[in-house]
Amino acid sequence: MSAVEFILAGMLAAATPFLLAALGELVVERAGVLNLGVEGLMALGAVVAFVIVYHGGGHVLGFVAAGVSSALLALVFAFITLGFRANQVATGLAIGILGQGLAALFGKSYESLTIKGIGKIAIPGLADLPVIGGLFVQDIVVWLSLLATLAVWATFAFTRTGLVIRAVGENPKAAHAVGYPVIAVRVAAVAFGGMMAGFAGAYAASVYTPMWADGMIAGRGWIAIALVVFGTWLTGRVFLGACLFGAVSLMSLAAQAAGLNLPSQLLSSLPYLVTILVLGIISADRRLLKLNGVASLGEPFER
Amino acid sequence: MSPRFLPTLVRRQRASLKATLLAPPLALAVAIALNLGLYMLMGRDPVAVVHAMLLEPFLSWSSFSEVLLKTGPLLLIAQGLAIGFRAKVFNIGAEGQFILGAIFASAIPIWFPQATGGWIWPSMLLLGALGGALWASITAFWRVRLNANEILVSLMLSLVAAQLLYYLLLGPWKDPAGFNFPQSVMFQYDAIVPTLFPGTRVNVSLLIALALSLAAWVFMQKSFMGYKLQVGGLAPRAAGYAGFSEGGAIWLSLLIGGFAAGLAGAAEVAGPLGQLQRSISTGYGYAAIIVAYLGGLHPIGIIVSSLVMAAIYIGGDNAMVSANLPIAAVRVFQGSLLLAYLVAVAFVRYRLEWPHAAARSTP
Repeated sequence: MSAVEFILAGMLAAATPFLLAALGELVVERAGVLNLGVEGLMALGAVVAFVIVYHGGGHVLGFVAAGVSSALLALVFAFITLGFRANQVATGLAIGILGQGLAALFGKSYESLTIKGIGKIAIPGLADLPVIGGLFVQDIVVWLSLLATLAVWATFAFTRTGLVIRAVGENPKAAHAVGYPVIAVRVAAVAFGGMMAGFAGAYAASVYTPMWADGMIAGRGWIAIALVVFGTWLTGRVFLGACLFGAVSLMSLAAQAAGLNLPSQLLSSLPYLVTILVLGIISADRRLLKLNGVASLGEPFER
Repeated sequence: MSPRFLPTLVRRQRASLKATLLAPPLALAVAIALNLGLYMLMGRDPVAVVHAMLLEPFLSWSSFSEVLLKTGPLLLIAQGLAIGFRAKVFNIGAEGQFILGAIFASAIPIWFPQATGGWIWPSMLLLGALGGALWASITAFWRVRLNANEILVSLMLSLVAAQLLYYLLLGPWKDPAGFNFPQSVMFQYDAIVPTLFPGTRVNVSLLIALALSLAAWVFMQKSFMGYKLQVGGLAPRAAGYAGFSEGGAIWLSLLIGGFAAGLAGAAEVAGPLGQLQRSISTGYGYAAIIVAYLGGLHPIGIIVSSLVMAAIYIGGDNAMVSANLPIAAVRVFQGSLLLAYLVAVAFVRYRLEWPHAAARSTP
């Protein structure tokens, strides 16, 4: 298998944790809230899913429980930032630290254990194509994530719900004046973002690398937040960004397989370095950020 | 619209001084209560945990001296960060700046292991501080010139810094006689900061941290430049009209933060550790963010909050040994402490207004 085939086949699975978390954060930010706790929300989801699958509860229950527990932790964030109008940056950092701490605490006795992942589903015909065939052999969660991407895109493009979320993020005072429940919409968005981060963690620890280790999220929650900026708050671009990071994280494996003599630490840093680089390139275009950015992002709403 | 039985937040006429002073101790009490509940759910004996975590650090001079030892880096980093936070520059990459400080400082004893003289440890501290500032300057450049979000860039750079440290310790800087452990050679005598009290590990860097706290107080409360920084944070538009440069404030905030964190990193390797190791930091860079907020972003408050956070570290170590509590409990405590503080501090600017009983009883 050539390096290109290897990356094409694995890219979507590697991208899925980024994609799920970033889709959630996209909705949160569109509603005008900045939740920086994604790393901790993912870690909590990861450990919950792992523990349930390890004890024979199955992957479906694992994902549901992960989504619910991370959504609950995200609701703590909502309670403090939306209920008490606390600084969203500081609260997000605290939720991140708390989530990672809880995950390490619950996961203590499961450290470095492994479980069985899930099987892959091939799309007949397409899967047999040369070179790109691998793209069409993926597990069910990858296929569902693609559907989720479409659903988020369609929600913002065509539905009233999408319109209300955008109105609340763009101009909460005007949204309130015409009768939209600003706080309720934001709470719901934050809970959705938490659930998606929980799914992302669950995928990371029970499907992609079916094991639990403290620190295994390894910055992926932070990269997901960066992806929302890369995608300039547009679903399609967030999806492309997630694919890019899926490919980048596989590149280190491909480089090692190809016998390239690079320090492994440099390869591990690659996703972080690419994040810094792309952030610089995208953000330098101030017009682009202004055009698609969310006007009230991070600001508390006061009537 | 909102349910009738819920209280609403009403903005106070003026900020409440009482709430400002009460918020940190109240948050600490709430965090302790919540975490004790968690430990009881985990089946631990709450009396043993309270004794190990909250009392033991203060019961003997030797354990209190360890608290003072941990206070040094937390105090240094938090003072630097608080200046930036007041200017609304969110440098959350102190962990990476700390690591770079440790690496830069270690270069002297690793490259000149035979060198002797009183100049060595002061040069290490200075070089470490410059290393931290250099690492932070990448974030400043990205933010000022490229408009990139400093939260994300500084955090990514921390993850890169950790990899750089592992590379050095597994490669060029590994102790050849170290049985393949990821650590450098032990530093020579002159590369170690002198201790303050005989029989303890508390060293001169604590005095430096206190002196810099005083400097931070003078800078923020008395100097024109400190005033400009705070105006930029509180009222960016007004700062713009007054001709205060936003770029300058970002550069200054990040350089100060990086300098202080780098100094702290240097003081760790040139102090209690005596070598460059993989575990030079136990999350000081992140804990210092909590210290800065808990101290109300005020130089004097931060002296108190860094002492509290240091005691939590030592207490967590104690509880791991004597009450079989996983060390991750410290992170849970830190996170819940900041959350409790952020709720408590809301009452500085707001008060709760409960709906009248009469209004509640009407259907």
